[in-house]
Amino acid sequence: METIFGLDYPTLWYLVVGLLFSGYAILEGFDYGAGAWHLFFKKDLSRRIAINAIGPLWDANQVWLIIGGGALFAGFPVMYATMLSSMYVPFMLFLMLLVLRSASIKFRSAEEMKWWRKTWDIIYFTSNTLISFLLGVVLANILQGIEIHENFAYKGGVFFSFLNPYAIIVGLTTLSLFMMQGAIFLLLKTEGRLHARLTFLLKKGIIFFISSFSITSLYTLIFLPGVADKFKENPVFFILPILAFLSVANVPRLTTKKKYTRALIFSSLTMAFLLMLVAFQLYPVLLPSTIDSSFDVTIYNAASSQKSLGIMLTIVVIGAPLLAGYFLFLYKTFHGTVKLDDTSY
Amino acid sequence: MDTEILARIQFAFTIAFHYIYPPLSIGIGLIMVIMEGLYLKTGNKHYEILTRFWLKIFALTFGIGVATGIIMEFEFGTNWAVYSRYVGDIFGSALAAEGLFAFGLESAFLGVLVFGWNRVSPKVHFISTIGVFLGSMFSAVWIVVANSWQQTPAGYKIVGEGFNARAEVTDFWAMVFNPSSVDRIIHVWQGAFLAGAFLVLSVHAYYLLKGRYIEISKKAFKISLGVATIISLSQLVSGHSSADGVAVNQPAKLAAMEGHYNKSAPADLYLFGWVDNETQNVTGLALPGGLSFLVHQDFNAPITGLNAFPEEERPGQVNAVFQFYHIMVSIGIFLILLTLYASFLWWKGKLFDKKWLLKIFAFSVLLPQIANQVGWFAAEMGRQPWIVYGHLKTNEGFSQEVSSNQILFSLILFLVVYAILFLLFIYSLNKKIKHGPYDEAKNPNEFLKYV
Repeated sequence: METIFGLDYPTLWYLVVGLLFSGYAILEGFDYGAGAWHLFFKKDLSRRIAINAIGPLWDANQVWLIIGGGALFAGFPVMYATMLSSMYVPFMLFLMLLVLRSASIKFRSAEEMKWWRKTWDIIYFTSNTLISFLLGVVLANILQGIEIHENFAYKGGVFFSFLNPYAIIVGLTTLSLFMMQGAIFLLLKTEGRLHARLTFLLKKGIIFFISSFSITSLYTLIFLPGVADKFKENPVFFILPILAFLSVANVPRLTTKKKYTRALIFSSLTMAFLLMLVAFQLYPVLLPSTIDSSFDVTIYNAASSQKSLGIMLTIVVIGAPLLAGYFLFLYKTFHGTVKLDDTSY
Repeated sequence: MDTEILARIQFAFTIAFHYIYPPLSIGIGLIMVIMEGLYLKTGNKHYEILTRFWLKIFALTFGIGVATGIIMEFEFGTNWAVYSRYVGDIFGSALAAEGLFAFGLESAFLGVLVFGWNRVSPKVHFISTIGVFLGSMFSAVWIVVANSWQQTPAGYKIVGEGFNARAEVTDFWAMVFNPSSVDRIIHVWQGAFLAGAFLVLSVHAYYLLKGRYIEISKKAFKISLGVATIISLSQLVSGHSSADGVAVNQPAKLAAMEGHYNKSAPADLYLFGWVDNETQNVTGLALPGGLSFLVHQDFNAPITGLNAFPEEERPGQVNAVFQFYHIMVSIGIFLILLTLYASFLWWKGKLFDKKWLLKIFAFSVLLPQIANQVGWFAAEMGRQPWIVYGHLKTNEGFSQEVSSNQILFSLILFLVVYAILFLLFIYSLNKKIKHGPYDEAKNPNEFLKYV
């Protein structure tokens, strides 16, 4: 096995995939989160402003999902194939909701009729909420493990077996995390009465997140004993949940001081620490089997060849700075509060 | 119905629907780059109006293209898990490269393009237009590379046995530049340029017939006619080159395209016809030895026929491949004649005198679309029964753990959602065309203080 900085290629690629999905969660987190507040805004104009806050950004933010999916496919094809085919129904719903969400952003403001906007508002709100929830559901199923037999054959239930209590709790936690992120982002982009309303909503969002996160943590410690073991072996990693908690604790203070950019950074850090927590907990497993740990999908039995991973790492080294450049340019261009004009949605 | 058939129907449906949009985006993108370039060069307001108008339509096709494209990326894993494990090493890296190098460029600059008119300088805006256009071209490159590798695998080795068998990359550039990829990328690009150019031609022909926006429509018509004429002709070259490649790399596909069964005999070139797979007979109008001539420049050169391959290693739907291929070729020839005739009139200075010609152009938008679709149908059905040519059969590639009910459920979902999406697309496109290029700017900012 070739190594770089003492890490073998599958481990490096594990970090790349983790980074990509963190980027996805942080950026699309505020997109989905903003949408999950949508029906809490009463006026049509407020809703328009909220949509246009993410207007120029959401398409670009989706890149992280696309690259993340591609990276998983290229680096860990077995994981990509096993996860998507065994969790067929949640993923298909997720994809379908993504399409509906895109459609609602594009078409909502295209017509003036009340019924038209109301219908799209409901679709927009529902799709954002369910997408956030489903991402948590998938994560929970990965953490708990699924029924994988020999040769990565999934023999578990279909349709609604993925909706177990733990999945619902983690789903709600993901939703609340995104809603917190979305509300902070909207605070950054709005002014006037909508801004005041959001300040109030964000407080509720933070309470929602802290309570659902606490329940998740408790549930994990009680019902998923395997999780705590890893931390007992490496107590130093207890710093991750502590860091996550410290980050989120900064958010109310910073928003009261109207330092929204910093609040957004701390909210994003919360996500990053939580994802690190998950990554550390799983490593080197990608998808545990509930039948026998010898059937687990790991970064080693799921990885592409050394050669392919080497090529992919090169591609990332070339592509990442380019992508960072595009994003800096885009976010710089649309810095500041939303001003509706004739190009807006 | 069994899982394999449903998975194939679902893939065919989702990819065919998706493929309406990216070619339009690439084609409109090219026309937009020309329009905005002319605007910057000449400062003529007409070109600015045209750029803004086509940008609105571009944003629509691009958005639906992205939404339906994300589904494609994940459908390999959901419906074709065995295939995904088998080719991830290679196919996955092409998809990841597409995301990183192409889609990142497109979608970041798209925001600036659509919403940045008042935020960036005209020059930066033009650079963004070029960025989005190039990004969409690169997208096509990586996706076609991935598919071409399925057709003509190269730069790989097969490792492992039975379930654990998979293709591993040995030479990245040999994989990227596999025997068919360059021909097919060019062919796909050209098909996309034609799809976009003919949409522009169609809309402005409609305006000219209605007597609206005459001045700017003439300008737009000429730009896209220039593109359409050059590309239609060069499409013939890349098409011929592609077919030569098929003759060498996928002889069974070539034989199916012309309904040629005889193991080794000179093959005819059909203008049109009907293939009976049972009797192995083709009825139609043919140039005897025409295919032999095209491939080997000799009317008597033998061409490998379908019977040279065992029944289970050659396409089963011969007539379908034959028809799709011939529809594509016929449309290609028609577009060449149409654009050449229109260019001749342009040269004579009588381009806009003939109402009937404008009418043909108004309806011609459908032709490149149909040609793009049937061209892919012929390419993909001609590859059957292989999902990776010569290595893995399509009926071995689908997800073993997914039940037919699950696919049926998602297929119905797709049908409903895509039907709605298509109606919205047509409705929105129609509205934009009816509304026309001029826009009375509305300023909602005044109302902001009442929120």
